[in-house]
Amino acid sequence: MTKSQLIEALAKQQPHLAAKDVELAVKCIIENMNQALSSGERIEIRGFGSFSLHKRPPRMGRNPKTGESVELAEKHVPHFKPGKELRDRVDFSSSKYKIVD
Amino acid sequence: MALTKADFAEKLFDELGLNKREAKDMVEMFFEEIKGSLEHGEQVKLSGFGKFELRDKSSRPGRNPKTGEEIPITARRVVTFRSGQKLKARVEAYAGAE
Repeated sequence: MTKSQLIEALAKQQPHLAAKDVELAVKCIIENMNQALSSGERIEIRGFGSFSLHKRPPRMGRNPKTGESVELAEKHVPHFKPGKELRDRVDFSSSKYKIVD
Repeated sequence: MALTKADFAEKLFDELGLNKREAKDMVEMFFEEIKGSLEHGEQVKLSGFGKFELRDKSSRPGRNPKTGEEIPITARRVVTFRSGQKLKARVEAYAGAE
C-alpha cells in the first residue's frame, strides 16, 4: 500500500469529506509525525506502536574513495516498536497471507 | 510527554478545520488502515515518512532471561519500520536534549 492508496481507502470510508481534505489530513498527520521525531519527541499510538529516537554514538568512518579516516559525529535514528495489537494481528494472520508490496 | 492520537486529532482540527468528531475518526482510521494492510500481508510505504515492512522469522532457540531456562522462540511474522531519506535527514540533525 502506498500513500495514495491509503488516501483512497480513507476517502471511501468517509464519503462526507471531500477527497482533497482526506489527502490534506493524511499529509498533516505524516508531517506532524516527522516534526515530532525531528524535535526529539516520542509518538505513542495505543495498539499500533511507538516511535522514538535511538542514539548512535560517534565513530571513526572511512571515505570509501580516498581511504581517509573521518570522524563521524553522534547521530539519532528513528525507531519503531510495534504495539501488542499490531504484533498479534500480523502474526495470527501470517499463514493466510503472503507478504506483498 | 509523547504525542498521542488526541494530539494528531487536535492538529487536524486546528490546521484543517475538520470538526472534533471527523478529526478523531480520521486519526483512528489512518492507523487502523495501516494495521489492516499489514495484517493482510501488504507492506505499507508512506513517501516522506517511511516503510512498514513485514518479515517472516523462523523459529530459534531462546532463553528465559530470569531463570536461564531454554525455551524455543516460535516462527513468527514481524513488522519493521525503515525511515525514509527525508525523515532520516531531519532526525540526524537533531542534536539531543541533554
